[in-house]
Amino acid sequence: MNPLLQGAATILIGVGLCIAYFYFSNLILDKVIFPARGKNPGRNINRANAVRPWLFMGPAIFALGLYLAYPVVGSFIRSLYNRSGDQFIGFGNYTNLFASQGFQTAFFNNVLWIIFVPAASTFIGLVAAQLTDRLRWGSVAKSLIFMPMAISFVGASLIWKFVYANDPDIGIINAVRDSFGLAPVDVLQIPFWNNFFLMVILVWIQTGFAMVILSAALRGIPEETIEAAIIDGAGPFQLFFRIMVPQIMGTIVVVWTTITVLVLKVFDIVYTMTGGNFGTDILPSYMMTFMFRDDGRATAVAFVIMVVVLPVMWWNIRQARKEMR
Amino acid sequence: MDNIVGKKSGLTWAVNITVLLLVILWLIPTVGLLVSSFRDRDQISESGWWRAPFPVELTARGRTSAEAAADGDVFVVTGNIYDDPEAQSFFPSGGGDVVAFGTRGVNPTEFEAGATADLGDGESLTVNGDGTYRWVTPEDPGDRGQRVYFAAESPPQFTTANYEQVLTADNMDRAFINTLTVSIPATVIPILIAAFAAYALAWMEFPGRGLLIAAVVGLLVVPLQIGLVPLLRLHQNIGIGQSFLGIWLAHTGYGLPLAVYLLRNYMVGLPKDIIESARVDGATDFQVFMRIILPLSFPALAAFAIFQFLWTWNDLLVAKVFLPSDDYSKVMTVKIADDLLGSRGGDWGILATAAFVSIAVPLVVFFAMQKYLVRGLLAGSVK
Repeated sequence: MNPLLQGAATILIGVGLCIAYFYFSNLILDKVIFPARGKNPGRNINRANAVRPWLFMGPAIFALGLYLAYPVVGSFIRSLYNRSGDQFIGFGNYTNLFASQGFQTAFFNNVLWIIFVPAASTFIGLVAAQLTDRLRWGSVAKSLIFMPMAISFVGASLIWKFVYANDPDIGIINAVRDSFGLAPVDVLQIPFWNNFFLMVILVWIQTGFAMVILSAALRGIPEETIEAAIIDGAGPFQLFFRIMVPQIMGTIVVVWTTITVLVLKVFDIVYTMTGGNFGTDILPSYMMTFMFRDDGRATAVAFVIMVVVLPVMWWNIRQARKEMR
Repeated sequence: MDNIVGKKSGLTWAVNITVLLLVILWLIPTVGLLVSSFRDRDQISESGWWRAPFPVELTARGRTSAEAAADGDVFVVTGNIYDDPEAQSFFPSGGGDVVAFGTRGVNPTEFEAGATADLGDGESLTVNGDGTYRWVTPEDPGDRGQRVYFAAESPPQFTTANYEQVLTADNMDRAFINTLTVSIPATVIPILIAAFAAYALAWMEFPGRGLLIAAVVGLLVVPLQIGLVPLLRLHQNIGIGQSFLGIWLAHTGYGLPLAVYLLRNYMVGLPKDIIESARVDGATDFQVFMRIILPLSFPALAAFAIFQFLWTWNDLLVAKVFLPSDDYSKVMTVKIADDLLGSRGGDWGILATAAFVSIAVPLVVFFAMQKYLVRGLLAGSVK
C-alpha cells in the first residue's frame, strides 16, 4: 500500500479510535458502572468523578510509561548484559567504556558542548533580544535570526559545509584565507578546535530560540525599575547588566537548561559533518557507533547520558512544584 | 518607552549596525545554500557562490576546421572557434570573450587573446577575443584541424537542473513522501491523547495530580537515546518491527511530555467561570472538553502541532532506528546524511539542492505560523 495512503488511514483510525475511546469509556462509566440512579445516585456520581481523570489520562500515562519511563529501567538492565544479551556482566560495559579512549574523548567533548553551546546561544540571544527590541525593523531581524530553528540538524550541517569546505571556491572561510594569500585549511580536522566549529552550528540554530524567549522576558520587566535606574544616572551598559539581566535571571536559567538538554540529544551534526572522526565524537554520536552492533554498550552510553541529565531533571521538577504552590 | 530620558542615546547607530551585522552573519550560510542550488554545476566548482552574479572563467577545448586555403606556399585556416561543436558544448548558453589560448593541455592559457603563437616550423596560430582564429601552416592539414585550448568568460548561469535531478533521479521524491508520511500522523495522534490528559491535569481534582505533573516535567528532559534499544526490541517482539507504524508510535511517545506540558500550562490559564457555568448547566466533563476547552485551546494546540511537525520532519535519529534501512523507506534526512553525503560528497550542486528541498517545507511552516510558535515557546518557559 502507498505509504501516504497508509498514513492517511492511520490518522483517521487513530483519531477515530481516540475519540471513540474517550466517548464510550465516559458513557460506560456514567451509564453502566456508576449510573446516577438506583439506590445511591450521589455516591455513584462521586465515584464516577473519581475514576474519570484516570480515563482521560489513561492513554497518555500508558504511552509515557511505555515510551519514556520503562526504557529508563529497560536500558539500565540491558546495559548490565553482554553484547548478545544472554550473559549478565554487571557493570562490565561501564568499566569497559570508562577505560576506552573513544568514550573518554566523547565524554570530554560533550562537556565542552554542554558548556559552550548553552553559554554562547544564551549570551548572543540575550544581546540580540536587547538590541532588536530597540529597532523599528527589530521584528524582521528577529524572525531572520530565529529562522534556523526550523531547519533540520542535517540541513544545517549541509549549509555549514558550504562555509567550512576546504575548496576556496566553495567554503567561505577558505575563500577569505585565500584572499589573504593563506593556504586553505580543513577546519574540521584541526585537533580540539574542530569541536568548536561543530558547536557553532548548534549555536547558530539555538540563538533564535534564546532570543525569542529572553526578549519576551525583557519586555516583562517593570518599567519603574528602569526609569529609576536612569534617573539615578545608570548608563546603557549598567542598565542592561545590573538592572535588567538580574531581573530575568529565572528565564535565563530556563533557556540555559533547555539548550543543555537539547545538546545531549543532538547526534546529527557530528554524524553528518565528521562522522565522529578527527576527535569530534560526542556521547550521542558515540552511542550510534554501537547501535545495532552492541546493544549492551549502546544502552550503557545512553544511561551515562541519562545520568548527566539528572541534575537538570531534578531542578526542573523542583521549579515546577514551586510554581504550583 | 521612547520618551524615557536616555533611551534614545547616541548608541542608536551602533545598535542598527550591530543588528545588521548579526542578521547578515546569520543569513550568509543559508543564502549560500540557496544560491548554490540554482547554479550550474561547472560554475559551482569554478567560483564561490558569492560570485554567482559574475561571469566565470572556464577552460575549454576545441579544434579548428581543416578547410585550408592555399596562400602562396602556406595554408591558411580561418574561422571561429565557437563554431566547433566540441567548444560549444562547454558553453551551453553561449561563450563570452576569449581571454587566453594555448595548444597544449598542460598550459591551456599560454598566450593572450589576439597574440600570435609561434608553433614552430613556420606554423602559427592567432585566436582573437571574439573567438575568430587564423591558423597558418606550411603543410596541408588534410582532414584534421589544430587542437586549441582556450579560457573564456562564461556568463553567470542559473538553472533548475539540480532540482530536476534531485527530485527525479535520486529517489528524493520517494524520500519526500516518506518524510510526509512519517510526520503528519506523528503530529496528529499525540495531540488528542495529550489534550485529554492535559485537561484532567488542569481542571480535575484528584489525588496524585501534583505528582503526575512533576512526572511529566521530569520526562520532558529524558534523552530519547535511552529508549532506542529497549523500544526497538519491544517493537520487534510484538511484531511491529521497523515500520511506519513503529515510528509513529515512537514519535507519539517522545512528543507526549511536551504536548501535555504545553497544553496543561495553557488550559490552566483559561477563565474558570466559563467552565464552572457549563458544569452548573449540566455539561459532562467530556462535553466541557470537546465544546469549550478544545476550541479555546487552539493557539496552544497549533503551537504544539508546529513543534511536533518540525521535530518529526527534521528528525534523523528516530528515523534511523525505527524505520527499515532499505531505499524505499528512507526519509529525507537519512537519505541526505547516509546516501548523498557518501556517494555525492563532492557534488555540491546536488547536495545544496537536496538540503534545500528538505528544509523548504519547515521554512514555509515556520514563516506562516511563526506567531503560534513564539506563543507556544513562551507558554512553555516564561512565567
